[in-house]
Amino acid sequence: MLGALVLAISCRWTEATARLFAIVVSVLPVLLLAWVWLQFDLQGALFQFVEEVPWVPSLGMGYRLGVDGIALAVATMSAVVFAASIAYPVNTQNQPRQYYAWMLFLQSVSLGVFLALDLLLFYVFFDLSLVGMFFLIGRWGHGQAQLAAFKFFLYTFCGSLLLLLAIIGLYLSVEPHTFDMRVLIEQQPLAGAGVTGGLVFLALMLGFAIKTPVVPVHTWLPQAHVDAPGPASAILAGVLLKMGTYGIIRIPFSMMAETFSRYALIIALLAVVSILYGAFVALGQKNLKRRIAYTSINHMGYTVLGIAVAGALVQEAGYARELALVGATVQMVAHGLITGALFLICGSFWQRTEEYDLDSYGGLLRQAPLLTAFAVLASFASLGLPGLAGFVAEFHIFVGTFGVYPWLAVIGVLGILVTAALFLQMLQKLFFGTMPQRWDQFEDLHATEWGVLAVLSAGFVVIGVAPQFLLTLIEASATLLVGGH
Amino acid sequence: MPIGDVLPEISLTLGAVIIVLFATFTRQQQHHWAAVLALLTIALGAGLTLAQWDGPPQLTFSGVWALDGMAISSKLVVLIAGALVVAMSPEWMQTDRRHGEYYALLLFALLGVVMMASASDTMELVLGVLLSSVASYPLAAYHRGWAPALEAGMKYFLIGALTNALLTIGVVVVFGLTGNTGYTEVAQGLAGGSDSLALTIATACIVLGLTFKLAAFPAHAWMPDVAQGSPAPAAAFLTVIPKIGAAVALARFVSLLPPDVAWRAIVAVISVTTMTLGNVAALRQTDVRRLLGWSSVSQSGYALMAIVVMGVGDQALPALVLFLASYAIANLAAFAVVTYLRGRTALADYQGLVKNAPIATLVLIMSLLSLVGIPPLVGFFGKLMLFKVTLEGGYAWLAFAAAANTVVSLFYYLRIVASMMFANSRPVVHVLPGQWTRITMVIAGLLILAIGLGAEVLVEYTSAIGFAM
Repeated sequence: MLGALVLAISCRWTEATARLFAIVVSVLPVLLLAWVWLQFDLQGALFQFVEEVPWVPSLGMGYRLGVDGIALAVATMSAVVFAASIAYPVNTQNQPRQYYAWMLFLQSVSLGVFLALDLLLFYVFFDLSLVGMFFLIGRWGHGQAQLAAFKFFLYTFCGSLLLLLAIIGLYLSVEPHTFDMRVLIEQQPLAGAGVTGGLVFLALMLGFAIKTPVVPVHTWLPQAHVDAPGPASAILAGVLLKMGTYGIIRIPFSMMAETFSRYALIIALLAVVSILYGAFVALGQKNLKRRIAYTSINHMGYTVLGIAVAGALVQEAGYARELALVGATVQMVAHGLITGALFLICGSFWQRTEEYDLDSYGGLLRQAPLLTAFAVLASFASLGLPGLAGFVAEFHIFVGTFGVYPWLAVIGVLGILVTAALFLQMLQKLFFGTMPQRWDQFEDLHATEWGVLAVLSAGFVVIGVAPQFLLTLIEASATLLVGGH
Repeated sequence: MPIGDVLPEISLTLGAVIIVLFATFTRQQQHHWAAVLALLTIALGAGLTLAQWDGPPQLTFSGVWALDGMAISSKLVVLIAGALVVAMSPEWMQTDRRHGEYYALLLFALLGVVMMASASDTMELVLGVLLSSVASYPLAAYHRGWAPALEAGMKYFLIGALTNALLTIGVVVVFGLTGNTGYTEVAQGLAGGSDSLALTIATACIVLGLTFKLAAFPAHAWMPDVAQGSPAPAAAFLTVIPKIGAAVALARFVSLLPPDVAWRAIVAVISVTTMTLGNVAALRQTDVRRLLGWSSVSQSGYALMAIVVMGVGDQALPALVLFLASYAIANLAAFAVVTYLRGRTALADYQGLVKNAPIATLVLIMSLLSLVGIPPLVGFFGKLMLFKVTLEGGYAWLAFAAAANTVVSLFYYLRIVASMMFANSRPVVHVLPGQWTRITMVIAGLLILAIGLGAEVLVEYTSAIGFAM
């Protein structure tokens, strides 16, 4: 696993113009993570496969990597989405080498975020992912790409600085001072620390909420998505957003369980607001990519809701809370695959037509049957059709929520209805009705495109049909985390 | 007399004198050898300073000269930074008729800064400030035929004259209050109680005097002009090196004051004002060197954070040195790039630079990101330590203000980066011929990364430093 990271970092210097090379390198972590998955001991400790190299020991920081079930699931999904995005054809504007180098760089730091067991290392990777994304959007984006890149970097950097302050706060709260996550999870340092605990928690949650994004700090997202190149959007939605929710699970949820439970209701309320807001605003969008971007806000809202429910310390509802946490994690994986696929499809539209306006399309079903098939499949998965991954996740989350905050579950389910409406309307506008003359030359998906999409789709179909392999893995860790308090 | 304790300083003086003589008696074309001499002198000085490292913290020369971890470590930072400045200069200066003397002036200014860092006596402090100022004025206006350079030098001189006079008045009042100039005696005298009005005036005067060298509010106004108008290597020197000495001197002085002077609050206010002002002023700059000047003002504000919490935790002084070192390297790297690009200054001229000068672009981007504090570059560890000690010292609002300011600063740094990376390129890029500047630039860039990855060494060596009192 470490080897994959090192390889990805070092190879990007010697890389020639080869896209193929980039694909091979990016698939390596997928294979390694799959191997780790097979070796993972479900009955074992929370964190396994720990690698540790001291970095700045006098500050109590080190290069610590390792996984639990949640991290493993999310990291594997990330690696798959990265490999898919790298393999997806895109106009690299005569700079293929730089493009693929940045992609690989981003992949290595993103995996680093999910695998880090050291708070500071987590922060280091978290920040570097911003740098990588900034250059990808700014250089290869379209429309007002530079503005979007700026907004993205500034907004999320604001969040990560809050995060840094909070991390230092956590660091100072343990004796001896350390950034080791395992120690912090074990000691729960700020339990009952009153105002300090509240402030640290607020800073952490704000930092992650910006990244996730939770309404009302979501405003960077639509523009960054719309102006980014297709594969970069897929990564932004599929991987980078997960850093926010993963961070919530890893840091405030695990390390400050007591404080988290105090504010769980507020977080759950915000999550429901995100769900509804994301869904309704998405329904109002006429721009294809913007619409999918807003559904991301909606879907990440489900994840945050699941985490909030899992963190609510209601004594008897242990099983419901575990279900919610499992659901939140499955939602991360599912959303990564599904939205990754949707944004890649958007990328295909842009490559062909440079047009995102929904009203300008129509009747593409006959012209591009393959594209239609994949778009329909991904949309159905995204709106939570049973048998596909989105359903498994949302089902778990809502069952869990029902056990803890029944009325929030009822309100939240409305979000699913709206999502269904908006996806159906989108499909209708794109593929049915009469086709405008100008799209006569519209080509169907090429072999690589549908190959990549097929892999992603296979991922969320398998999770939808036979989720057991994923669930057992996550449950092993979720039980430890929820039962731990 | 314990001559051995000031060997580094003596070597600097002798080196400067030798360079003056050398420059007098050789032809102008040979003057780049003066740079070699200066580098050798600095290396000798640094070696002698290193030899002092293991000694116990002490005061020598009847208590006027400090030999403690703080003095030695900041001296090393100053010397290394000085060496980088010398190494980036030869090609810039080779067309100047007075090429050789330039290095002598640099060494004298370095000596002044070193004295500021080590002074444990108010008179010694004045001496250090004046020496470094007097040597710096001509550096700022070295191209005397060029109006902007003269303007920069003039502004620098006028503000300097005013604040140095204030500093001297403050020192005199302190002498009047305590009857002493040595820091140890002054601290004892002040602890015994004294006229609070006079002490307030003295503190205000001395702090003002030092803010000039720090380029902190309210005596910061010279900084952008100097950064823009003076020769690029001299600008590199003036934006970085006096700051290090002044920060240490300020820390040393305020640690003498009794708590009822509320110096923490004063320094905190100066810190916030400085960083905010510098950042806001830099936001709309369209001139890269001016922008770097303002950013340098704001960085002084960050450095002051460590002084605010001095004495609360034991890590405040290490954090100060670490931050100053990280800032010095990053800023010198940025100015090395500017020098390499022949002082190119308008932001518009940086468009699309990545295609014509990829290495310079890379170094500049790294130095800017390091100034923001993006990990794993060296600036990250400087900022991390600062935030840590500030939070530890209970000044969470100050850390928060600094974080907010960092976000603001990211905006203008990114403007440069975006312009270099995303815009269309200009056809021709003129760079300095020869290897001196180029190699210095690359070395500084490598240092940004290498020290960031190997931060452990710095943290470990500085973790125990403090004042000898």
